[in-house]
Amino acid sequence: MSEIVLSATPAHLRHGSNIGQPLTRRDGILKVTGGARFAADNHPPGMLYAVLAVSSVARGRVAALDVAAAKAHPGIVEIMTSANKPPLALDPDAKTNPFMRRLELLQNDRVRYANQPIAVVIAETLEAATEGAALLSPRYEEEAPRVRLDAAESFVPPAVGVGHPSEAEIGDVETGLAGSLRRIEATYETPTQFHNPMEPHAIVAAWDGDALTVDTPSQGLAMAQARIAELFGIPAENVLVRSPFLGGGFGCKGLFTGPQVLGIMAARLVGRPVKLVLRREQMFGPVGHRAPTQQTLRLGTDADGALLGLSHHTRTASSTFDDFFEPASDVSHTLYASPAIRTSYEAVRLDTGTPTFMRAPGEASGSIALESAIDEMAEACGMDPLAFRLRNYAELEPISGKPFSSKALRACYAEGAERFGWKARPLRPREMRDASGLLVGWGVGTATFPALMFQGQARAVIRKDGTGIVETGAQDMGQGAWTALAQIAADGLGLSMEQMEFRSGASNLPDAGIAGGSAHTATAGMAVAGAGADAIAKLAALATGDERSALFGAGNAGVIARDGRLFRRDDESRSESYADILNRAALAEIEGRGSSAADPIAQANYAMHAHGAVFAEVKVDPELGQIRVTRLVGAFAAGRIINPRLVRSQYYGGMIWGVSFALHEHGEIDPRSGRPMNPNLGEYHVPVNADIPSIEAILVAEEDRHVNALGIKGVGEIAITGTAGAVANAVWHATGRRIRRFPITLERLTEPAPR
Amino acid sequence: MNRFDYVRPATFAEAIAAASEPGAAYLAGGTNLLDLMKGGIVRPGRLVDVSRLPGLGAIEWLADGGVRIGALVRNSDLAHDSEFARRFPAVAEALLSGASAQLRNMATVGGNLLQRTRCAHFYDVAGACNKRAPGAGCEARGGEARNAAVLGWSEHCIATHPSDFCVALVALDAVVEIAGQGGEYQVPLEDFHRLPGETPGQESVLEPGELIIAVRLPAQAASFSRHARYLKIRDRTSFAFAVASAAAALRIEQGAIAAARIALGGVAPKPWRARLAERALIGVGPDRTHFDRAAEAALADARPSGDNAFKIELARRIVARALALAAAGTPARLPALPGSPFSPVAGVLHV
Amino acid sequence: MSLSVLLSVNGVAREVALDDPRVTLLDLLRERLGLTGTKKGCDRGQCGACTVLVDGRRINSCLTLAASCDGARVLTIEGLAEEGALHPVQEAFIAHDGFQCGFCTPGQIMSAVGLILEGHAGDDPERIREGMSGNICRCGAYAGITAAILDAERRLAERNRAEAA
Repeated sequence: MSEIVLSATPAHLRHGSNIGQPLTRRDGILKVTGGARFAADNHPPGMLYAVLAVSSVARGRVAALDVAAAKAHPGIVEIMTSANKPPLALDPDAKTNPFMRRLELLQNDRVRYANQPIAVVIAETLEAATEGAALLSPRYEEEAPRVRLDAAESFVPPAVGVGHPSEAEIGDVETGLAGSLRRIEATYETPTQFHNPMEPHAIVAAWDGDALTVDTPSQGLAMAQARIAELFGIPAENVLVRSPFLGGGFGCKGLFTGPQVLGIMAARLVGRPVKLVLRREQMFGPVGHRAPTQQTLRLGTDADGALLGLSHHTRTASSTFDDFFEPASDVSHTLYASPAIRTSYEAVRLDTGTPTFMRAPGEASGSIALESAIDEMAEACGMDPLAFRLRNYAELEPISGKPFSSKALRACYAEGAERFGWKARPLRPREMRDASGLLVGWGVGTATFPALMFQGQARAVIRKDGTGIVETGAQDMGQGAWTALAQIAADGLGLSMEQMEFRSGASNLPDAGIAGGSAHTATAGMAVAGAGADAIAKLAALATGDERSALFGAGNAGVIARDGRLFRRDDESRSESYADILNRAALAEIEGRGSSAADPIAQANYAMHAHGAVFAEVKVDPELGQIRVTRLVGAFAAGRIINPRLVRSQYYGGMIWGVSFALHEHGEIDPRSGRPMNPNLGEYHVPVNADIPSIEAILVAEEDRHVNALGIKGVGEIAITGTAGAVANAVWHATGRRIRRFPITLERLTEPAPR
Repeated sequence: MNRFDYVRPATFAEAIAAASEPGAAYLAGGTNLLDLMKGGIVRPGRLVDVSRLPGLGAIEWLADGGVRIGALVRNSDLAHDSEFARRFPAVAEALLSGASAQLRNMATVGGNLLQRTRCAHFYDVAGACNKRAPGAGCEARGGEARNAAVLGWSEHCIATHPSDFCVALVALDAVVEIAGQGGEYQVPLEDFHRLPGETPGQESVLEPGELIIAVRLPAQAASFSRHARYLKIRDRTSFAFAVASAAAALRIEQGAIAAARIALGGVAPKPWRARLAERALIGVGPDRTHFDRAAEAALADARPSGDNAFKIELARRIVARALALAAAGTPARLPALPGSPFSPVAGVLHV
Repeated sequence: MSLSVLLSVNGVAREVALDDPRVTLLDLLRERLGLTGTKKGCDRGQCGACTVLVDGRRINSCLTLAASCDGARVLTIEGLAEEGALHPVQEAFIAHDGFQCGFCTPGQIMSAVGLILEGHAGDDPERIREGMSGNICRCGAYAGITAAILDAERRLAERNRAEAA
């Protein structure tokens, strides 16, 4: 039984029992029967198929397209090129805020990266459109591409991530390092990574005059709607974006992408509904990626292993035409106590698509470097890596000096270590083998992710039959919004799940904010709870002000909403059903509105982060170098858990992304052509089922009274952090080899050690 | 995918006639051909669907103890045929270490022999590849050569043959039966694939229209059943092509090696039989020193074709390990992770 | 060129006129027969999202020409539940949270049904993991998938025992 006390309406309580329950997914039956309708599953009457033609050079211009050859193919309806594209109301290269991408919408013949769209082929069938794109046989004027981190002069970016300063320092790091008894300096490299959700970007666009309906996966419905409206010069209310299910997002469906707009343009050009789905190889370019980094960490400690200085410098890259700088150093702001911390950045511009948010943007790349460096420092101090982390436990957020709103990291370390059996770990590497002679290694990493909130809105209705409706334009990309938000919504109205209809996933509902930054449950959840509170407050006012009600005069005492009834707070024998209250007032329904945003006062006073500890066991063939992560235990504290079943799945998914980061993912780009050489799921490796034989997540209890009234932090991204480093550290412990270039591949473990 | 004519002949003769036309290709399981067509790597003008041709789908046990595997037998059916797996466990293990269960349910024995390289530059249709376009050049040289060959390559092509199945087959002296307009003939698998030389586009001895109808394993191949393994090193635990692999089979009599069979995968333009290494083992004890020596012999001619020198030492170690695994004895049941170094070696052995 | 293909799809006989031999089984199901439960994740046999059963065997429908399926029995995710009752594998996927976004799920479930029919993995989790490695789940629901298959095998065995009794 959970109780929600909303600070906005202290007089009235709502009691619900849904929050905290491990309910199965409410969209489960749809998803296991094939009934969940993803964007590309739509097929309006008269629909045509559109396929992108993309550039095979990374820099230059399109000199010619064989439009005639493509048009000669049976079934081709139209070829959209820069010559005949419909006009736009806004320059695709305009950028008015950081939450938008500069887009390639056939505005000219320039090619800025490989796989950039250069034409759209529209046909009666998918087969015809696909072949038509091949028949365009583009010719290019090609210039030498720059695609490696060392390929261009670097500069200091004005900001990293979204508006984070590119330099920060407390204390004096050089003094701290100079005064250290032990020091390490190491450079770590992380590769280009591509999100590769299982569902490629897809859009079905249908115009009706100046009104537009699109089915497309979106992590930000309201932003997508606004972006489309401004590009086409139509009112936002003319644009309906439907995204009830996303086949994974991970950041690449956050900001509206060029291919999605091209689908809408194609529909406009031909005057019929159009479906455009990216081919898998087209996911390697126009929809964002995680930029590569080189990170240099310098750490120093005193004789007791206490950090005296921590410097984290990142070199990364953006595209030649837009800004997104992977904020990898920032993870060093919050995790380990040190009197002196400095983070800094430099960047280059490359002939690639623009990088973007990718699950734990910055934190993931930064964490694998920081957690590796912390392990190297622990080794230099001759300390157990967990003991070293505890020695440098931050009681206050190091960079700001603020107290944490809550931080159950000690419990995470303790519960994780206990479950994993960490205390049996030998200090030295290469000391454990299994019965088959495989090297065994154990590693630990600390997980951290900020507890963010965006702005969101919701609407709640109580109807005279006693049932409710709650609406918010949330996005479910697998994290479980359909279920978790409905749980909050039901409790917010004091109804059971069955008495309440939850509507979501479309842009004509109140803006729920973006599903990103691990902030969606907090943002949309607080809005939903607020809407429920508002509706209950109005209902309570009706009842307590009505002489005929059993609750008359209870306005000061307050009421409790539970199971579809209002109870007098100081005398629960006096109650009345929602239906009776509304019927007597002759109202069909009563409506409440809720909105949410981060509390600026709490933010000013507290550092807000989720935390965790991840323990990994790897086995490595001593001669052949093949690696397997045989056991993973993660313990995470992330405030109030709305649905432990779904949260555990989020942790598993994040941990598997951590394994993938450490051992698998690597976008291979040919420096001569600038083309991705593994743009497919056969060679761009992510873990398969056999890679994950044992995984456990412990949900460590944590109460947080400051992040928001529901006490929710985020869970979607944190588990990559910590895990990637834990795996890398376990590989070191198994083999004695410290690999600083990720992913760790088998030849790096079998090649002779560098002198 | 380009437009093509689709024909489904009823007889061999019809099939061979239909496929002898320029630009024609046989379609069986389709797992490789359709992938290549979707990528624009091949653009056949006619597909001759032989997947229903009669008489090619059987596993026949021959009077002399050998086996004749019809070209249309699916990989999974062969690997899970209990008699086949008992007699040729390394072949079954190789089959099950490849691709995914779905692909193994589709892929055919004949098609496996004809699968094309996974060289990234072969797939990169915007770049130069002598295999795709003779004389265009080889961008794998100086490019993404991690998966490239260290044996048998030429200046014109450094691509590897990706099959697991063929590695075990070539070790065990498999013979390919072929039908063409001139009738039927057979060729040892070892001679079936050609080295790239100056014509990397010509990957096998097949002439236009010729069709693989069966693969035979001789009775002698079954004499290795107690000591036969396939070992495959990969970048993930399953569903990945070999970085390098080896099939090893031993006949051990009175503590000494009476016969040895060794072949390597992922390191050469064809499944690579290591006969010198085999000879080095005759008459010696099944111990690590001799296995290492054999591994040296197997890679004696190896040289890097790019940034892949690591594969030479890795392949040596794989050969030595595969021999050690074979010497330890074939497991009674194929391991849960076929071909994987993460399959524990303990347990009941093959009898 | 027009081809006529006779198929049984989820138990319903269908005669399909194909104007184009390039149509794959996957695109036939999704774009021409309205059976969009089967998903296209890679279109190259590398992710397993398109897995369906053809004549009782799990295959990648993206690498299968519809024309070559003449006479075949095709079972897709839409045909798995019988008379409105979920198949035990479907039930178990929900119970064990064997999915998140749900996009790979139809392929995972059909692959799991195929794996159970094959009978090689039994109740060995390692063999199940290996046998399911042709189905990529980017959300990382593998633990739930493996647990669901073990559970579904138990449910199916119980059902078979009950039917036998």
